[in-house]
Amino acid sequence: MSARRIFAQPARYAAIAPYLWMVLFFLLPFGFVLKISLSQTAIAQPPYVPLFDLTEGWEAIRVAFAQLSLDNFGLLVSDNLYISSYLRSLFVAVTSTLILLLIGYPIAYGMARLPQRWQPIAMMLVIVPFWTSFLIRIYAWINILQHDGLLNKILLALHLVSTPVVWLSTDSAMYIGIVYSYLPFMILPLYATLARMDASLLEAASDLGASPWRAFWLVTFPLSLPGVGAGALLCFIPIVGEFVIPDLLAGSGSMMIGQTLWLEFFTNKDWPVASAAAVALLLLLVPPLLLYDRLQRRTLGEAG
Amino acid sequence: MGLAGGMTEESPEIDAPKTDVPETPGGPAPAADAADDVPLLRIEGVSRTFGNFRAVDRLSLDVRAGEFFALLGPSGCGKTTLLRMLAGFETPDEGRILLGGRDIAPVLPHERPVNMMFQNYALFPHLNVRDNIAFGLKRASLARAAIDTRVAEMVALVKLEGMEKRKPDQLSGGQRQRVALARSLARRPKILLLDEPLAALDKKLRESTQLELMELQRRLGMTFIIVTHDQEEAMTMANRIGVMDAGRLEQVASPRDLYEAPQSRWVAEFVGDVNLFDGEVASREHNRLTVSTRDGGTLAVAEPRNAITSTAVSVAIRPEKVKLSRRGPVPDAVNSQAINRLEGVVTDVSYLGGLTVYKVKLDSGAVVRASIANTARLDRDTYSAGQRVVAWFTPDDCVVLDR
Amino acid sequence: MARRVNRLSPFNVTSLALGLAFLYLPIVILVIYSFNDSRLVTVWGGWSLRWYREFFNDRAMLDAAWISLRVAVVSATIATLLGTLAAVGLVRGERFRGRSLLSGMLYAPLVMPEVISGLSLLLLFVALNAERGFWTVTIAHTTLTMCFVTVVVQSRLASLDRSLEEAAMDLGCDPVRAFVSVTLPLIVPAIAAGLMLAFTLSLDDVVIASFTTGPGSATLPIRIYSEVRLGVKPEINAICTMVIALIAVVIVLASLASKLSSSQGKSAAPL
Repeated sequence: MSARRIFAQPARYAAIAPYLWMVLFFLLPFGFVLKISLSQTAIAQPPYVPLFDLTEGWEAIRVAFAQLSLDNFGLLVSDNLYISSYLRSLFVAVTSTLILLLIGYPIAYGMARLPQRWQPIAMMLVIVPFWTSFLIRIYAWINILQHDGLLNKILLALHLVSTPVVWLSTDSAMYIGIVYSYLPFMILPLYATLARMDASLLEAASDLGASPWRAFWLVTFPLSLPGVGAGALLCFIPIVGEFVIPDLLAGSGSMMIGQTLWLEFFTNKDWPVASAAAVALLLLLVPPLLLYDRLQRRTLGEAG
Repeated sequence: MGLAGGMTEESPEIDAPKTDVPETPGGPAPAADAADDVPLLRIEGVSRTFGNFRAVDRLSLDVRAGEFFALLGPSGCGKTTLLRMLAGFETPDEGRILLGGRDIAPVLPHERPVNMMFQNYALFPHLNVRDNIAFGLKRASLARAAIDTRVAEMVALVKLEGMEKRKPDQLSGGQRQRVALARSLARRPKILLLDEPLAALDKKLRESTQLELMELQRRLGMTFIIVTHDQEEAMTMANRIGVMDAGRLEQVASPRDLYEAPQSRWVAEFVGDVNLFDGEVASREHNRLTVSTRDGGTLAVAEPRNAITSTAVSVAIRPEKVKLSRRGPVPDAVNSQAINRLEGVVTDVSYLGGLTVYKVKLDSGAVVRASIANTARLDRDTYSAGQRVVAWFTPDDCVVLDR
Repeated sequence: MARRVNRLSPFNVTSLALGLAFLYLPIVILVIYSFNDSRLVTVWGGWSLRWYREFFNDRAMLDAAWISLRVAVVSATIATLLGTLAAVGLVRGERFRGRSLLSGMLYAPLVMPEVISGLSLLLLFVALNAERGFWTVTIAHTTLTMCFVTVVVQSRLASLDRSLEEAAMDLGCDPVRAFVSVTLPLIVPAIAAGLMLAFTLSLDDVVIASFTTGPGSATLPIRIYSEVRLGVKPEINAICTMVIALIAVVIVLASLASKLSSSQGKSAAPL
């Protein structure tokens, strides 16, 4: 016991530097996002008012404070563009997560059942594409999904279609891209949970009369739910705010909130509204974020 | 069923009541009718190889209905593999496993009328006690009411009333074991397999659980097969013990016969402590064998029950059968058998509470162990290191084995 | 001792094979086409290196690549340093005030949409009137990749046998010395893995860099991205292949470093 205490003191000091860094470069920026979401846009540099100039004294600050308003949030709620963006983002995220689960679970399960010495190799094989540039991987898909790209070539050769299918700029392409990019995020937590499964539980189920199929549904699957939860959240939360994939692969129909935010920020130069959208997105993600943190805490608690 | 390499044939004499060695009362429940010719479980020439390693080597064994049978052996001897083959988690590479006359080797584990209690209990962590016990019953498609009744029955059997709603992580080790037991008994299997069930328990709990298991087996009239590396456990609980080494059965016998009539040098050494004198058979007379040993001089041994195949033999004598005295046995204290006498010096005295173990270095150089019960609290008749003594034993008390 | 189920059904094998094929085929196809002599993706014109030559003649691309490399190296180094310190603090620090805040701040970037992170950092830089360019991108990348380093180092640290440190203390080391001379060498592979991970993540990022970069400091992914929006360009194939090769080298180094930590029989993959 006391050995742990002896280490605790110096260890806490180690945490100071990263702590300060994160407060400065992570928390503080969010304060700014909030502040600007309450500001108005202006043709100026920076493109928003009011500006808090600390040198002008307390009175100036109070005046500036009074100029803050929730107008931007009102815009978000009233403008159809934003509401549909949010809804679309949620829909895409949910659908993608389900597809990821359906594809990722059998792969993770297969990995967990490999002979022990092959498992690290399998893990490496799954992680390597993840380390390979994300952008490159999406680009690779553009290559394949082109009008005269590989996929159409194969489909034509197999006589599954008679004319080349339009893949790019469709939702299908976007889903393919999302699933492709996020698959490792789904597989790894699932694999971690499944690999820890005690074989004697399955043997006991079998001993008590359960066929392999029933044993899977009655024992393996319920016990893998924490992994399912972690994987689902690890995918769902970032997918909601995805930008690159829908921008490159999806059609120009409705946009996801990430795209809307980008548009608002870079094209319209409306920083306040963009910030308000960001705040709203964050609020939307707080419940799943908390859920994920809770799950993390519990699994780390079990392991540690 | 014929003799195959590595198989020990059960000699009918060993299992029948002996006339010269009376059965001690209060031992484990006797097996059901020994005259049954069809044993409940018959293992015929079963083998299992993992890569280059032969875990079970052409093993044959019969287990009778209502018996408490123990598979005893050092780790790696194949006893767990054999048990798993009975449960169905391993498939024999050759041989048959006949349960009630039917070969179950190709039958999948979830279709066998055999249940196993796992060493680590393997309780389903996401189900409570009641659902764990009911798991097997649901698979057997019993009606709801029947399941509830049976679960209640099992819970009462293992004395876990009031714990039904708890999850495994809310139970103590002993309680988890009871749940595992109740779960494996719920389906009323023909045979219950127990894989080192007492290994995880502390000493006191182990002793009381041993008695409970024996009581349970007796009451239910079931056949239990237990795997253990603990001799004392096997001797306490089982009707018959099968001693295994390197995938083969060395001997199958009652605890008493295993101890008093080992059939090989290995068994004599494995079960309990033993003194061994290597030598050659010098002469064979009516009901007596004379062996000329290297370290113990000429020893007389009562006619062995098993055929001795060669002249190279070992004479085995258990420490508690070796008696010590300062001058030797009084001739008329024992009947007119020849006495085996050895002389030497006491080198070591270990006081173990209930008995004292003396190490005697004989004049020939060999060391003999003699253990003497401390029957009186203030015993004046003890020996100290450095003292010259005579160690002696009767021909009936020792056994001759092939070397 | 729990046994693991290590038997594969045909279904398992199929799903594994298909899954891995799905993951790797697009990349393989990309690499192959980078050597395609023809401008059109549909036509195979024979093996050639012309696109690689074009890249090396493209001033703008080369500049962007150079900037990306520098950003990656610097941000990865700082991120590894801070991330390791954070991991030490979280694993060994027991309870302290602000602990949950620290772990929350560290884990959040892992899951948060990049547009939010990028936007918030840009707003900070603007408010601080900081000149946007190399350093702002570097700071942004550091902040974002730090959590990955922490995750990797933390899991390795948590599974380490503490009795080693205790033995060191028993033999006369104070806690810091014990940590530096006993624990640190043992977690170096995890730190190296974290470093590599931070490096590749920085090299790859396009969203955050877009928000936080300044004029004249476009990173390679930003360049690639703007080209790609206009359609497939064979030169991009070559660039991508080179980046993949670079990352492959990094991964090999990382797994070699990880294998050195097999003293505790941990798996080769750091994550």
